[in-house]
Amino acid sequence: MLSKQQARAFFLIGTFVTFLIFIGLTIYSFSDGQDQTNYENITPQVVRGKVIWEENNCMGCHTILGEGAYYAPELTKVVERRGEGLIKAILMSPVPWEPNGRKMVAYGFSAEEADDMIAFFNWIGEIDLNGFDRIVSPLAKDKQLINSQTEN
Amino acid sequence: MKYKSQKVAYWFFALSMLLLTLQIVYGFIMGFARIGMDGLHEFIPFNTARAVHTNLLVVWLLSGFMGAAYYIIPEEAQRELVSVKLAYVQLISLALVGVAAIVGFHLNIWEGRKFLEIPHQLDYLVVANVLLFLALILLTLFRGKRKTTTALVLTMGLLFAALLYLPGMLPFDSQVTDSFFRWWVVHLWVEGVWELIMGGILAFLLIKLTGVDREVIEKWLYVIVGLTFLSGVLGTGHHYYYIGVNKIWLVVGGIFSALEPLAFLAMALFAVNMYRKGEKKHPNKIALFWTLGAAIVSFVGAGLLGFAHTLPQTNLYTHGTLVTAMHAHLAFWGAYAMIVFAIISYSLPNMTGRKLYDGARGRLAFWTTNIGMIGMTMAFGVAGVAQVYLERKYKLDFMEVQNEVSIHFVVLLLCASLFAFGIIMYIIDFVKHGRPTDEALEIIEND
Repeated sequence: MLSKQQARAFFLIGTFVTFLIFIGLTIYSFSDGQDQTNYENITPQVVRGKVIWEENNCMGCHTILGEGAYYAPELTKVVERRGEGLIKAILMSPVPWEPNGRKMVAYGFSAEEADDMIAFFNWIGEIDLNGFDRIVSPLAKDKQLINSQTEN
Repeated sequence: MKYKSQKVAYWFFALSMLLLTLQIVYGFIMGFARIGMDGLHEFIPFNTARAVHTNLLVVWLLSGFMGAAYYIIPEEAQRELVSVKLAYVQLISLALVGVAAIVGFHLNIWEGRKFLEIPHQLDYLVVANVLLFLALILLTLFRGKRKTTTALVLTMGLLFAALLYLPGMLPFDSQVTDSFFRWWVVHLWVEGVWELIMGGILAFLLIKLTGVDREVIEKWLYVIVGLTFLSGVLGTGHHYYYIGVNKIWLVVGGIFSALEPLAFLAMALFAVNMYRKGEKKHPNKIALFWTLGAAIVSFVGAGLLGFAHTLPQTNLYTHGTLVTAMHAHLAFWGAYAMIVFAIISYSLPNMTGRKLYDGARGRLAFWTTNIGMIGMTMAFGVAGVAQVYLERKYKLDFMEVQNEVSIHFVVLLLCASLFAFGIIMYIIDFVKHGRPTDEALEIIEND
């Protein structure tokens, strides 16, 4: 039967080994050639967009990359689905945008801030999400299909 | 209660109850908003309510864990706490940081990173607060007469929880990297080191309530926390499937997170077996209810419901839907809220000297909160599964789907009312115990 010493050894060795593997895999994920995010395309404008995203806790209602609060739509590939014009109008609106009665906070951003957000969304939209991008944005998938069919 | 300084725990538990009440209020605000009643939108928009709801959860659980440590560590180390005064300083500063963060969320001052919304400036105060707490606990432990496994596991959990807060403070330009390291905090807390804290409290309670030999209980404690880390650390990968990092996480996260229920199953079997084996019939039955309840409900909520959407093939469709909220509610309730309720129910009669553990109110609280929370979980689950099919399979628009599933939020609110009723019953019991007193030191035969 298992002794207390063996149980402790199982805990300590198991923890140590899995942590080592975890750190190794993390380093591997961020090593050269493994990037799926087009890291080089993160311009100062994209970073400004991310700052606006965070300072207003957009994730507190929306989701992005599937992460957030499920109260408002997923915004991965939102530019492809809705177009720049509508998104800018919503972001700059002085009154709450209210689709089907569900209110968004009226942020009343400047045109420049709205452009920063669009740049951020465009960068997000290009990330390789291991297949999730097609699930979450069926419209974008349909558009791709139509494009490839017309090319053929 | 064997040491006067254990009384500090009472005030941490009282803070817990206060913040839990507020958390539930903000939960209701969100529930009503989801069925179209968002009259408070101008003052408390959904993102504010949501940040308050989740951050209060974290703070009241931490306050409960800290209270548990202040109660357990002196008893395990067999000495008074090194400084009661500093423990009160720590309590007040914890409350102040919590209140400042919550007020800030109403004024658009936050970081906007899910679960870690507390702004940077306050992060440093959190760190200072936790360092003070750890210093008090570690000094007490190492100056004590004995260092038990239970005390070590509990302390190790609290120490690692503090260390793991740090990766969340690193700034990144990339949303993907940001998210990656955010999960180092959030996942490794709730599916890693917090389970050490839970295991430590559980072991302490089982030793006290069942009378089973400490050596046996602590041996299995090692096995359980061993299984937790073996599956949970690499199980972090289930957050990395679809956020823009390497596909290797689909394999690693899939395999190891599928093993995560094992730790919870072991915990449930362990608690039930120790109860059966125990010869001591401790009169505090309600503490036993919460203790066994925590072990069993955490297996269902965290183990089974987590497994339900952890495989990459399923998660591809459920990622970013209400299915996550379904799992999260029962998991946090079972694993962490219930264990805090267990240690409160156990320690309160010992600190106040009033043995109110036979009352009907305590049992009513146990059953109504649990039935209410299971009902809420089912409402979230039905809404979530419907959302997955309508939105992701049939490609309906987001808001169209939200209107379709809004009826489930009426059910959610009804179940939440039952849950809230149970919490009120529990808090009435808490208040009826009165304040902690040194006279309770004399009544130790049932500790």
